[in-house]
Amino acid sequence: MNKFKGWLGNEKNHRFLIPLIAILLGFIVGSLVMIISGINPSKLFISLTRSVFGINLDKIGTGKSVFNPRYVGEYFVYCMPIVLTGLSVAFAFRTGLFNIGAEGQLMVGSFASILIGIMVPGPSFLILILMILGGGLAGAIWGFVPGYLKARFNVHEVVVTIMMNYTALYLTNYYYKQLPGSSNSKTIELDEGLTLKSEFLSSITNNSRLHWGFIIVIIAIIIFWFIIEKTTFGYELKAVGYNPHAARYAGMKVERNAALSMMIAGAYAGLGGVIIAIGTFGYGRVLPAAEGYGFDGIAVALVGGNTALGSLFGGLLFGSLKAAQPIMQSSGIPRDIAIIISSMIVLFVAMQNGIKLVLKHIGGAK
Amino acid sequence: MDYVIEMLNITKEFPGIKANDDVTLKVEKGEIHALLGENGAGKSTLMSVLFGLYQQEKGVIKVRGEEVNINNPNIANKYGIGMVHQHFKLVHNFTVTENIVLGMEPTRSFGRIDIARAAKKVKEISERYGLSVDPYAKIEDITVGMQQRVEILKMLYRDAEILIFDEPTAVLTPQEIEELMSIMKELVSEGKSIVLITHKLREIKMVADHCTVLRRGKYIGTVDVADTTEEQMAEMMVGREVSFEVEKGPSNPTDVILSIKDLKVKNSRGLYAVNGLNLDIKAGEVLCVAGIDGNGQSELIQAITGLTKVDSGKILFEGKDIEKESVRHRTLMGMGHIPEDRHKHGLVLEFSLEDNMALQSYFREPLSHNGILQPDAVRAYSDGLIEMFDIRSGQGSVTQVRSMSGGNQQKAIIAREVERSPKLLIAAQPTRGLDVGAIEYIHERLIAERDAGKAVLLMSLEMEEVLNVSDKIAVIYEGEIVGVVNADETNENELGLMMAGSKKGKVTTNE
Repeated sequence: MNKFKGWLGNEKNHRFLIPLIAILLGFIVGSLVMIISGINPSKLFISLTRSVFGINLDKIGTGKSVFNPRYVGEYFVYCMPIVLTGLSVAFAFRTGLFNIGAEGQLMVGSFASILIGIMVPGPSFLILILMILGGGLAGAIWGFVPGYLKARFNVHEVVVTIMMNYTALYLTNYYYKQLPGSSNSKTIELDEGLTLKSEFLSSITNNSRLHWGFIIVIIAIIIFWFIIEKTTFGYELKAVGYNPHAARYAGMKVERNAALSMMIAGAYAGLGGVIIAIGTFGYGRVLPAAEGYGFDGIAVALVGGNTALGSLFGGLLFGSLKAAQPIMQSSGIPRDIAIIISSMIVLFVAMQNGIKLVLKHIGGAK
Repeated sequence: MDYVIEMLNITKEFPGIKANDDVTLKVEKGEIHALLGENGAGKSTLMSVLFGLYQQEKGVIKVRGEEVNINNPNIANKYGIGMVHQHFKLVHNFTVTENIVLGMEPTRSFGRIDIARAAKKVKEISERYGLSVDPYAKIEDITVGMQQRVEILKMLYRDAEILIFDEPTAVLTPQEIEELMSIMKELVSEGKSIVLITHKLREIKMVADHCTVLRRGKYIGTVDVADTTEEQMAEMMVGREVSFEVEKGPSNPTDVILSIKDLKVKNSRGLYAVNGLNLDIKAGEVLCVAGIDGNGQSELIQAITGLTKVDSGKILFEGKDIEKESVRHRTLMGMGHIPEDRHKHGLVLEFSLEDNMALQSYFREPLSHNGILQPDAVRAYSDGLIEMFDIRSGQGSVTQVRSMSGGNQQKAIIAREVERSPKLLIAAQPTRGLDVGAIEYIHERLIAERDAGKAVLLMSLEMEEVLNVSDKIAVIYEGEIVGVVNADETNENELGLMMAGSKKGKVTTNE
C-alpha cells in the first residue's frame, strides 16, 4: 500500500497519471449528471463500447450479431482529423505559441486539396500526392501569417489565428461555390482515384467510410516525434518554448523558430483538412459554420501533454466521445452528455496543479 | 533571560531529507539575531515553520514564553511576527500607502477607502524609524531600496514586533545596505526584535548581536557576534576552513582581446544606458566593471554578447568589428558568457542538466550530426563536465535543472561556458546569491581561466569580489567608464567615491 502511495506521489508518474485521473473524473461527473437527469449511466458506456469496438452489449444473448465492424471504421474516421489538429496545437505549444487557428488551417487545407483535384489535370496518383502536399502547404501558409506577425511585430498569435479562422471559413465557402459544377452547398464529387477512399477498407468494416488517411496520421505522428525528440531543430523549439531568453542567449533565432513552428503546426492542421475533404467526403463542402476540429485539437493536445503519442491517445479518447454521440442519441441519451464529459476532462486536465498537490499529499508529503 | 521567540528542537522533514533536524533558535527581545547558513542549510524552512507556512513534526515554538501553535501566516501576524521577503510582494502601479494597507484598508462611510488617514499613519511610522518614504509615491517610480522600506513599513503598520528579514541585502547597492543596517538598528532600539537570514558574514558583524548557525539542516551553535571572528563563523557554516582571500599570482596581460570604442546603447526606456564608453580588455587579466547597479553595466554586457542592439560605436573582438554579428557568431568566435540572471538567460529550467550543458554546442559535432541530436554524445559530454566541475545533483545528467541548488546551477553554467575554452569569458555577477563555498570555487575558476591566458571580464556589485578577484577595475558611472585602476593600488573608499561619480580616477587605458 505504501509503495503504491509513493508511486502516486512520484512526480515522474504524474505525466500519465494526471490525464488518466482527469478522464476518470470527467466520466464520473458525466455519470452523475445522467443520474440526476434520471438516465441510467450504464447506457453511456454501452454506447461507447458500441462506437469504439463495434460491440453491442445489448444484443448479447439475443442471438443477433453482436459485433458490427462498421462502427470501428467510423470511429477512426472521427479520430483522424482531431489527432492531426491535436498535433498542430501541440507542436505550436512546444514553442510556447497557442495555435487557436487549427480550424482555419484545416479549412484551407481542405480547400487546397479539392481545388487541385478539380482544376489540375494529370495522372491520378500524381495529382493525389499533389493534393495532399498542397493541402498541407496551404495550412502551413495559413499558420505562417500569424507566425510571421508574431516574429516580426510581436502581434499576439491568439488574436491573429482567431481572425484567420473566420477569414478561412468565408473565403473557402466563397471559392467552393466558384469552382466549376459546384452547387450552393458542395462541389462536384472527385473521381474515386483522386480520393483516399478505399473499397478494401470499407469492405472489411461493413461499408464504413474508413479511408487511407490513417497512413497520413501515422506518418504525421512519427514526424512530430522525430522533430521534437531527435533533431536539433526540435531542441531549439523546446528551448524557445520553455525560455525564449535563454534561447536567445544561446544564439538561437527565436523569431524564426516561432514562425517555423507555426508553419509546421499549420501544415498538420492542413493535412487534417485534406483527409476530411478527400478521405471522409470526396468533395468540397460549403460550411455554415466552423465544425470545431480546431477546438477539439486544443483538448487533444492538452490531454496528450503536447506530445506525439499523447495526441494520438487524446484523439482516440475524444474521437470515442464524438463517435458515441449518434448512438447515444438513438438510445435516448442526449448527446450533450458526451460534450459535458469532454469539457469536464479538459477542465480537470487544466486543474492539474491541484491534482498534483493531492497526489503528492497521498504520496506522503505533508 | 527574556526570549521573545523560542523555537526548541524543531524537526521538519520533507520526503527524502530532514530540512531541519533538532534545530533550536532563541531570540532575545530587542536584539538582531542572525540566522546563518549556506543555501539549503534549512534557514528558510525554519522561518517558514515560524511563519506558519510549514508545520514542524517535532519541537515547540514559544512566543514571549507562551507555547503557541502557528499553522498559518495569519496566526503569525496575530503574534506580531512579520516577514520581509527577499522578493518583494508589491503592486507596482499602486502607491506606497495603497500597498501598505492592502488587505486591511481603512474605510469611511459606505465603504469608501480612506487613503488620507492611512497615508498619515504611514508617514508617522516612516518618520519615527527614519525611513523617509513618501506615502504617495508609486512603487514603480522608487528604487529597490525604497521598495524594501515599503515592505518594512507594511510590517510596522501591522504592529509587528518581531521582524524576519530574508536575505535583505541581496538586491541592494552598498549605500542602500548601509542605510538598511542603520534602519535595523533603529528598529531594535525602539524595542523590535529582528531575525536576519543571511549568508553574508560582514553584515552579521555589522549589526547582529547573536548568530545561530545551521548546516545541512542541523543546528551547529549560537555565538555572540562580538566575540566571534568572520572566519570562525564561516567555518561553522561550511564545516571547514574557508579562505576569503583569493589566492592568485600577478597577472600577465598580453594582447588586447576586446576593445570597445565610444559605445552607446539604449535601454528599454529609450535612454542611453551606455553613453560613449571606452574599454580595453587584454588576454591574461581579470578586468572588473564595477559600479552601483543600474549604471549601464548590464546593458554593456548585453551589447558585447549581442543580446542588445548597439546604437553607435564599435566593439572590436580580436580586431574584428562584431557589433552587427549574431549571438551565435560571437559565441563561435570565442566568447563565453556567464549571464547575470541565471534563471532568465543561463538555463532552461525545465530541461535536464545534460540538455542545459548542450545549450551552446548542441548544433556541433559530435553532439549532433546533420541536424540529428546524438543522445549518447550529449550524455558523455554532460557526464564529463559534471565530473570535471564537481556539479552535484540528484540524478546526474538527467536531473531537472529546476530541482538543483543555486550554486550547482551556476556551476553548470560555468562548466558549459569555460569548457568551450573561450578567448573572452564574461562573468556577470557570477556569485550572486551563492554561499561561501560556491563563491570560493567560482573565484578560483575565474583566476584559473586568467592564468590559462584568457581574458576575463567580470561584472560585479560586491565590493569584496571586485577587490579580491580582479587585476584591473573599471568603474562605470552613468554609462561611462570614469576610471580604470589597478586592484592592488586602490581601496574600497576610493572605489566608492568613483562609483558615486564624485571622483574621477586617472583613466589609465592600459598604460
